[in-house]
Amino acid sequence: MTIKLGVPSKGRLMEKTFDWFGTRGIVLSRSGSDREYAGAVEGIDGVELVLLSAGEIPRELAAGRIHLGVTGTDLVREKLGGWEQKVEELAGLGFGHADLVIAVPAAWVDVDTLDDLDAAAAAFRAAHGFRLRIATKYHRLVREFLRDHGVADYQLVDSQGATEGTVKNETAEAVADITSTGDTLRANHLKVLSDGLVLQSEATLFRARGAGVTDGEREVLAGLSRQLALD
Amino acid sequence: MTPLASETREAARLREMFTQAGAVPVECSILQPADTLLDLYGEDIRGRAYVTSDALRGEQMLRPDFTVPVVQMHMEHGAEPARYTYAGPVFRRQEDDATRASEYAQVGYEVFDGSNLAAADAEVFALIAEALDGAPLRAATGDIGILKAAVGALNTTGRRKAALMRHIWRPRRFRALIDRFAGRTPVPPARAALLAAADPFADCAPMIGLRTRREIAARINALHEDAAAPPIPENEVALIDTILSVRETLPYALERLRDIAVDMPVIAPAVEQLAARMAALRARGVDVDGLDFEASYGRTNMEYYDGFVFGFYAETRPDLPPVATGGRYDALTRVLGQGDAIPAVGGVIRPGLLLELGRQA
Repeated sequence: MTIKLGVPSKGRLMEKTFDWFGTRGIVLSRSGSDREYAGAVEGIDGVELVLLSAGEIPRELAAGRIHLGVTGTDLVREKLGGWEQKVEELAGLGFGHADLVIAVPAAWVDVDTLDDLDAAAAAFRAAHGFRLRIATKYHRLVREFLRDHGVADYQLVDSQGATEGTVKNETAEAVADITSTGDTLRANHLKVLSDGLVLQSEATLFRARGAGVTDGEREVLAGLSRQLALD
Repeated sequence: MTPLASETREAARLREMFTQAGAVPVECSILQPADTLLDLYGEDIRGRAYVTSDALRGEQMLRPDFTVPVVQMHMEHGAEPARYTYAGPVFRRQEDDATRASEYAQVGYEVFDGSNLAAADAEVFALIAEALDGAPLRAATGDIGILKAAVGALNTTGRRKAALMRHIWRPRRFRALIDRFAGRTPVPPARAALLAAADPFADCAPMIGLRTRREIAARINALHEDAAAPPIPENEVALIDTILSVRETLPYALERLRDIAVDMPVIAPAVEQLAARMAALRARGVDVDGLDFEASYGRTNMEYYDGFVFGFYAETRPDLPPVATGGRYDALTRVLGQGDAIPAVGGVIRPGLLLELGRQA
């Protein structure tokens, strides 16, 4: 009879999640050595800490293998089709703010809006014989966003890291990536389109709608939400 | 019998019907090279089709429909006129609605015959309607050729017309372009600043990526030309709006469009094509007086259909996708044939949906 709480297993996201729960009287900690992904929970009974990569938490929530999980809204929306049926947003945690944006080379002085990007993409395809490439790891979110805004003649190319460098390396003409301050984009001579904000993301506590709970577990959940002042 | 087995049997029955009507049965591979489909439909197809890959052949797609392989087969081996039929599973990726099928049977009838376009349109519609006979369905029809003719007739620059044609199948972007070209929306501040700049490349960031400074300069030139061009006259925008709002039974729609053609004579041939189709439908026994016509029908989900378009919907089940759809897709054959278009019209039925409706009745 335990409620499984999935939390990112390393870095600032983990520390800030621990802080957020700590100020609400629930002390989360990583037990044992730094390399071991086991955790401990104090301050409430019946809750088990599961340390996972932030990118795997949406999948575990959707499968109902964890009852609660902390991850970014961007990852949940990218990875889960029909996400609202699978998880419920319980609370924004006030950190991990990041914007998913469309950015193009700052030297493209003629491109400021999605409308410009669409026109540039049409001309690019005619000149180069292939569709303008946008590097991203957020394929679904970006595709839906561009479709809703009627942008055509582009293609997405997968980039799981160092996305800002793809334009300089000539493996993409534009990028769709997460940024918090825009510094990395600027340092790579990229600029954000004025209407290129795809999604504003924040670290969020989610509940899995499909995770089965016993009566005892339901009580633990109720106690937890009282303690976290979620009601 | 399992649902899949009865669906397969129903598909075979419909294909036999089309064969009896004179079509040659054909088979197509389930695995299709992804690049052709990606080139045609762009990134959107990845949201609708399953993509898989191996190290040898690269990306492949599970066929999302038969149209593209049938057109390719016809272009390589076929002689005109030709009629084909096929039946088999197609695969559609579903990302948002778990109730929609990701694998289902499709039966199709495709006509490559340029001798009488209106007769070929009517032939496909009437045969599909006959195959669906008895099911509680409502037919909707449209004609994207009329909107294309109207865009071609606009009193404006070739560049603007090309931009509008490119977005015929994306109504939201089409509308934004019309508004901008008609001077209804203010010039965005960044655009105004760019056009006013003595040297747009002053203090410019370093050039990175494949898009060159020359390409950027060419677009700035195009923007200057566009800014100097007069707006599309209000009365022409109003005519486009009037055309898009036509939604009547076919004979009344034809009358409305003929009235519009008085003010916009360039669309008259497309309107008369509609009249010829109506006569051909009537000659085949279709009740055209009760047939709905919507000028904007098919714009959001039937890319490359550029003339007659139609769909059959379950009246009692608005939650279901259309049971049958089809239309004329000369534009698709033009892209696949690298400029050589073949007059082509066809339609598909989903036997699974037909059976589902039959079970309810």
